[in-house]
Formats: sequence, C-alpha cells, structure tokens
Amino acid sequence: METSIYSVLAFYVLAAVILGSAILVVSMRNIVHSVLFLAICFIAMAGLFLILDAAYLAVIQVLVYAGAVCIMIIFGVMLIQRTDMKQSNLFNRQTFMAGGVVALTLAVSGFFAGTTAWADLAANTPVPEDSLGQIGQLLLSKYVIPFEVAALLLLVALVGAIVLAKEVKANVDD
Amino acid sequence: MLENLFTNIAGLLRNLLDSAGVPPLWNDVTLLVVKLVAILVFILINALWLVLMERKVAGYMQARIGPNRVGPWGLLQTTCDIGKLISKEIPIPKSADKILFLLAPALVFVPPLMIFAAIPFGKDMVALDLNIGLFYVFALASLTTIIFWMGGWGSNNKYSLLGSMRVVAQMVSYELPMILSVLGVIMLVGSMNLTEIIAAQQNMWFIVTQPIAFLIFFIAAVAECNRTPFDLVEGESEIINGPYTEYGGMGFAMFFLAEYASIMIISAMATTIFLGGWLAPFGLTFIPSWLWFFLKMYVLIFVVMWFRWTFPRIRVDQLMGFGWKILVPLSLANVFVTGIGMYIYRAIGW
Repeated sequence: METSIYSVLAFYVLAAVILGSAILVVSMRNIVHSVLFLAICFIAMAGLFLILDAAYLAVIQVLVYAGAVCIMIIFGVMLIQRTDMKQSNLFNRQTFMAGGVVALTLAVSGFFAGTTAWADLAANTPVPEDSLGQIGQLLLSKYVIPFEVAALLLLVALVGAIVLAKEVKANVDD
Repeated sequence: MLENLFTNIAGLLRNLLDSAGVPPLWNDVTLLVVKLVAILVFILINALWLVLMERKVAGYMQARIGPNRVGPWGLLQTTCDIGKLISKEIPIPKSADKILFLLAPALVFVPPLMIFAAIPFGKDMVALDLNIGLFYVFALASLTTIIFWMGGWGSNNKYSLLGSMRVVAQMVSYELPMILSVLGVIMLVGSMNLTEIIAAQQNMWFIVTQPIAFLIFFIAAVAECNRTPFDLVEGESEIINGPYTEYGGMGFAMFFLAEYASIMIISAMATTIFLGGWLAPFGLTFIPSWLWFFLKMYVLIFVVMWFRWTFPRIRVDQLMGFGWKILVPLSLANVFVTGIGMYIYRAIGW
C-alpha cells in the first residue's frame, strides 16, 4: 500500500461516500432509492480495496454485491405491499434492538481492530503481484473445508428454491 | 510504421510532456486520460456508424438498398438522426422519478467506456493492463443492469416497469453461463489477464479448442445486450419499447447508442478470448495487429446483426428455460471436460 498524499485523499473521499450513502440507505423513505444508494456504497468499498492493492477483492465486491443489487430491488418491489413508494421504507420504534445490535457490532469490530498488529502487517507483508493465484491456492488447501461448506450451503439453498417453485406449480395443476 | 502507429503517438506525447518538465505521475495520469478520451470518441463514433451498418445490413437482407439519400452511400444518415434527436426536447413524465429518469441515460455509457479501457486493441495497445482483466469486464458488465432498471423504474410507466423486470431477469440469468463458459479458457491459460489470454493463442485460437464455450459465450452475450432473438426487453409488439418507452430526444438516443456500444463490447470480448485478439492468423503480419483486431470484431458485429434479421423473437418462458436448463449445464459440462482433457494431455506429456 502506498501512502502518498493522493491515496490518503482518496481514502477520505471514499470513506465520506461510504458513510454518507450508508446513512442515506437507512434514512431514505423510498426503498428503491435506498437500494441504489446501497449500490453506491458497495462500489465505493470496492474503491477502498483498490487502494489496498486488492484488485481481485474489489472486482468481487462489484460483481457479487453491486451486481446483485438489482435482484434485491426486484425482491423489494415485489414484496412491498404499499401502493405509495414514498412510504415503502419507513422507520420503526425498535430502538433498543437496533441500539443493542449496533453496540455489539461496534464492540466486536473495535476489539479486533485493537488486537490486530497493524504495524507488523503493514511492514512485513508487501502485497504480492499475483494475489489471485494465491487466494486460489489458499482457498483449495488451507481453507478448503469452509469453502466446501459454503458450496454445500449454496446447494441447499438452490435445492430449496427448486422445491418451493415446484410446489407452487403442482398446486396450479390440481 | 503502421504497426506501431498508436504506440508511437503515445510515446511521442510522453516525450513531449517529459521535455516540458511534467512530473512522471502527472505524465502517466495525462496519458491515461488521453487514452480514455480516445476510446470514448472511438466508441461514440462507432456506435453512430454501426446504426447505419445495421440499417444497411437489414436493407440488403431484405433485398432493398437502405438509407442512401444523406451523404454518399447514406453515410451521413445517422449523423443527421442524432442531430435531430439532440435538438428535440426530452419530455419528462409528470409522475416520473425525475432524478433516476435523467440519471439513467447519463450513466449508460460509463460501463462500456470502463470495459473498453481494459481491452487490448493491438500489440501493446491496452490502456489498463489488469491482472484480473476478464473478471473486471464481467463485474462492470453486471452494473449495466442497474442502469437499465433505473431508467425503466424512473419512468413510472407499466410497460417500462415490465421491460425493466425483464432486463433484470434476462441479464442476471445469462450472466451465469457467460462467466462459466469462459472458465474453460481461464483453466487453459491459467490467468485472467487479457494480454496473456491473447498470448496463449499464438499457435491455436481458443475457438478451436473450446468451440462449445465460444457458442455458449456468444449466445449468452447476445442475450446480455438484449438483441434479437433475445430482445424481449423491448419487444415492440408486447411492451411498446420496454424500459425506454417514456424516453424521447437524446435520452432515447443514449440508450439506442449504448446498445451498439454493448454489441461492440461483446464482439471485442469474443475476439479477445476466442479469436486470438490482435494476433494475425496464418502469419499475415504485414497487416497491423490493431487492424486484425477490428477486422475480427466487425465480423462478429456483422454476425450479431445477421442474427437479428434471421431469427424470430423467443418467448419469456423459453428464454429462462434455455438459459437455465441448457446453457448453464452445458457450460458446467464444458468446464468438467476441459479439466479431464487437461489431465489427459498432462499424462500423455504434451
């Protein structure tokens, strides 16, 4: 990672965009606008990965998260029962629940941010040229079990979706 | 001389900036901006002329002449059309989501420009030589879906909404076989760098070793840019003009030109991955590499146009069935067979 004035500047701009759009995701009343701001948030996060020379992660971020935003919008639009889109993403009163979740998240990420030896990480490991190949190697050797478990999970979801879709069809035929 | 025409221009510019005392970083940035602007101009001019090509191809396939009044051989016809569209008002429907409605045509050229930045047009002619070039292209291509959806949703019209729902369903479904089909090539090359993929085709184009992958890629790619026989998105007889129904003037023209930009992208991608990119076939190196690239690209563009005037439009249920039940299993089988083939070749010791 280079620490020139430009990358520092880029970091602050991206951080502002990420935080701003994330807040807008929550505060927008129209769910379509919320989800589009979510796409902006994801793309800006891909920018953060680019600053860290993690091009592969950046592309995955765009392909998987920002690319899948459309599907999310479709679900949002299809599941929402209100006729007026301006009231499709309202606030609720579950302040305690939300506060608890936020506090827990902050505590966990704060703990890990505090315990990670950032200075060693930055000093000892220069970013490899071919990060893609190394990720592939690690994924199929050291982390093969989580990888396979994730694959199994997706398979279960796929089979579940097919079963659900089939059931609806059978009812129509009766 | 002709072979290195563009690299020489770039080198000249770099030297000029160097001698003017510009620091290296700004020199690089300026050069990149110049390259990107050149690519943008190239895309826009091409999109303009491809509309004419489409009309001419259509004309000759239907045994008529096509546009032939404006300029010699009708060459200025589309320039006039765009001039007319620019001068027209962009009507905004009263109940439209105005920001999304206007943002969509403004953004629609961003992904094509960014994709073209990573495509090697010729020997040493790539603006951004990325390690993960192929993946980068697919990631950006997946963003176009959002823009079409924004336009269709923002119009607040039932036909636009139906069209944009179809855009999402179609583009998301056909993205999968497109990426899976290229996996075979990535396995053979061992890299996602587009320059290395081209270099690996020095002796044999991948269309020969991966013919099924090429077919799947091309079919899925035609579906990705919503062209006939997959133009359900703007099926005129069903939903007027899909997501573009409410657009007029230049707003419409941007979507219209973007369609041709995406045809250029899929043709350029298919050329790079399967047809050897800028490599000259049969040792015909006296024709410069970039000319070979464009030659192959335009042949593929012609094939896409040929599709349009040959095949009828398919139905929505056929579209989904074809994508999920035929193309996806076929592309998975292709990955499997490629893997076995590689092991056998290695065992034989080729």
